[in-house]
Amino acid sequence: MTAKMIRWAAAAIGLGIALSTSFAAAEETATEFPLLKPTRQEWSFAGFFGQYDQAQLQRGYHIYKEVCSSCHSMKLVKFRNLADEGGPGFTEEQVKALAAEFTIMDGPNDEGEMFERPRLPSDPFPSPYPNDKAASFSNGGAIPPDLSLIAKARAVHRGFPQFVFDMFWPYQEQGPDYIASLLTGYQDPPPEGVEVPEGTYYNPHFMNGISLRMPPPIDDDLLEYTDGTPQTKEQYAKDVAAFLMWAAEPHLDARKALGLKVMLYLIVFAGILYFAKRQVWRGVPH
Amino acid sequence: MAETPAEPTRRDFLLHAAGAFGVVGVAAAAWPFIDQMNPDASTRALAAVEVDIAGVEPGQAITIMWRGKPVVIRNRTEKEVEEGKAVKLEDLKDPLARNANADANADATDANRAAAGKENILVMTKVCTHLGCIPLDESGEFGGWFCPCHGSVYDTAGRIRKGPAPENLPIPPYAFLTDTKIRIG
Amino acid sequence: MSGHSTYVPKTALGKWFEARLPVVRLLHDTAVSYPTPRNLNALWTFGGILSAMLVVQIVTGIVLAMHYAADSRVAFQSVEGIMRDVNWGWLIRYLHSNGASMFFIAVYIHIFRGLYYGSYKAPREILWILGVIIYLLMMAAGFMGYVLPWGQMSFWGATVITNFFTAIPIIGQPIQTLLIGGFSVDNATLNRFFSLHYLIPFLIAGVVVLHIWALHVAGQNNPLGIDVKSDKDTVPFTPYATSKDVLWIVLFMIFYGWFVFYQPNFLGHPDNYIEANPLATPAHIVPEWYFLPFYAILRAIDFNIGPIDAKLGGVLAMFGAIAVLAFLPWLDTSKVRSGNFRPIFRVAFWVFAVNALFLGYLGSVKTDDIILGMQAVRWAQLSTAYYFAYFLIILPLLGYIEKPKPLPLSINDAILAKSAAGSAH
Repeated sequence: MTAKMIRWAAAAIGLGIALSTSFAAAEETATEFPLLKPTRQEWSFAGFFGQYDQAQLQRGYHIYKEVCSSCHSMKLVKFRNLADEGGPGFTEEQVKALAAEFTIMDGPNDEGEMFERPRLPSDPFPSPYPNDKAASFSNGGAIPPDLSLIAKARAVHRGFPQFVFDMFWPYQEQGPDYIASLLTGYQDPPPEGVEVPEGTYYNPHFMNGISLRMPPPIDDDLLEYTDGTPQTKEQYAKDVAAFLMWAAEPHLDARKALGLKVMLYLIVFAGILYFAKRQVWRGVPH
Repeated sequence: MAETPAEPTRRDFLLHAAGAFGVVGVAAAAWPFIDQMNPDASTRALAAVEVDIAGVEPGQAITIMWRGKPVVIRNRTEKEVEEGKAVKLEDLKDPLARNANADANADATDANRAAAGKENILVMTKVCTHLGCIPLDESGEFGGWFCPCHGSVYDTAGRIRKGPAPENLPIPPYAFLTDTKIRIG
Repeated sequence: MSGHSTYVPKTALGKWFEARLPVVRLLHDTAVSYPTPRNLNALWTFGGILSAMLVVQIVTGIVLAMHYAADSRVAFQSVEGIMRDVNWGWLIRYLHSNGASMFFIAVYIHIFRGLYYGSYKAPREILWILGVIIYLLMMAAGFMGYVLPWGQMSFWGATVITNFFTAIPIIGQPIQTLLIGGFSVDNATLNRFFSLHYLIPFLIAGVVVLHIWALHVAGQNNPLGIDVKSDKDTVPFTPYATSKDVLWIVLFMIFYGWFVFYQPNFLGHPDNYIEANPLATPAHIVPEWYFLPFYAILRAIDFNIGPIDAKLGGVLAMFGAIAVLAFLPWLDTSKVRSGNFRPIFRVAFWVFAVNALFLGYLGSVKTDDIILGMQAVRWAQLSTAYYFAYFLIILPLLGYIEKPKPLPLSINDAILAKSAAGSAH
């Protein structure tokens, strides 16, 4: 009798917990940021066989250099990386030329003086500001974040139960999805009745509030593409997001290629072991 | 099991296959753990340096770092070149040029040691071939280099003449990009 | 070890060695001739999986330490150097960071297997307590390891967790200052955490040896929870248990590889790709997933209990939730080990398991999030209450009120009965 009661009580608690977890996501309040979830895009580097699209990375570098780099640093990426396998695939000569477009402070020389010289492939991408204080001063108190890892450092919380499904069907492109949505998500003027703080720009895709200090950086036909790719805001955003993903995860191509080999090996090995185990236990009831 | 004589064979086969498969897997997995000790990409990227030697007058030398080792670039005086040329090959402890830019069997003549076409320029790694100390410039009885650790003496072409070191100072791979600009490595 | 030694050295060298250091005999008795119950299921392979993971973590960790710099000015950059420049560095680092999670997944399955089949009961109390010690050491290693990349979550996780100690009245603050070597988490903290993070795995390995030793004295428990009665109940460890262990280790590696190669950052936090900044706290601090149930218990106590304020109460509840495990052998009063024969226990156990998962979920949300019309913190209080009730009320009482199902006479009997039933179909 007691047993039955406890069992019912337990079942009820179990059901309650199951229900509460499955509805948790639906109960989100309106103040959750971002106001709009990132739009999921098609990426060449998504999925099990995903690899970067060299042409896209090259276009992305172009946008980064012409637009982003005027405010954002990218300290962890070196020019030589542009020629690395699994990257944008510039040639060594091209990389030398790209690096030499910027200078770097070097020294001291034999007279003890610091001097400027053109960057070499082994030098990092240039930083637009000498330090955080200068960056903050020039941008109304906001420091433009370093972009080296931005594609891995930004992910909008997926919530329950999506994150459980993500475990079985990987979704590791949250960063680029967010970046592409943010870059194209500005709304001017903001919706009626929305008060936007002075010096900020309304963007419902921004994850820390309703608006941010970065002005809309790209627009249609801002830059020329020589390979016939459409010169739209959406395309620019996608290309630069792909480039930033590569910057954050430069060995993705190698990782997925190796993963395939390792997984195939392990599955075949497990199959052999399964039959070996069956043979060992044959005739031994257990 | 006795009535199925094929069974033990199959079992043995499976166990051996599993064992072999496992050994191959472990061996393959070991490679990244060994290879990670090799120089990384940032170290390899610095494997070539460019040096401007426009300001190096005869009798002067500059020392730069290449792969963590000092490389001396010396603009030798005429006297030093003459002394280097005057040495007979049979007087040398090490008869080979040890020049990465020349044939491996080249003789240690002064011409084979100096830069091609610029007999006054000598580029070499300034690390004693005995046990790795740094020899001192313009010292020793042959007017070249002297290693303070164990007393090896090198001549004006960086050839070992006396002391425990077995070989001439090695010459790294290098090339003149312009008349005054050298790329080492 | 238990009088079963069947090792006979065959070669002259073997005999010479045997007379001087019988280490081959020890290995033979431990891993070859050791009698293991015939009826073990796949859950019993997790001990082997955990040993494999310990080796993986130590090997990858030693390699990472060759490239890592424990200096707060360059730690973040050195980890990125590993990810970008070191040959295969990305692979080794992802193996290590995901390996920690895999280690905890395996240990949780191992612990819940023990909880269900009553593996903590006499004569295995010491074995169980050694396991609790290993678990504690793993938590310390996991926490300190997470600090080393010196990202935002590293820094703020270290700040929050070392602040636990300030809950202790009077001496709490000086203890915290001593632990972090300053007035805030800084370079000194990073250096000592690195030193300890390198040390602890070897302590774990030492306690694992004791754990296995205790296991071999008491013998393995089994799904029926009854003692081994005769040789008919057992098979030699090799090849029987070995073949199963290796199969399941490889299956577990597939699961592990799934994360390493296809979603290496799923179990991490994006904020840890931002370098530590003592001036800006991330909007929402969460610990690694394997601490979340305890984090929920910590945050559940938002009220004062007499002289104990909410802060100290939360810390006590959190440590109590782990400490109570050590007393489990004496809290469970039932004579029957296996949950298969305990109808009420089985329900209480599964509710406990779901409750533990739910606590993990609660640890990941904000305390004022609304779940089914109730604040998360209230749910956490209910769940915490059940967590403790399971150990302190349900298990002690069940031994008296529950009527277990009849146990089979021996493992062999049960297997024969099962195969008879199987062939009847």
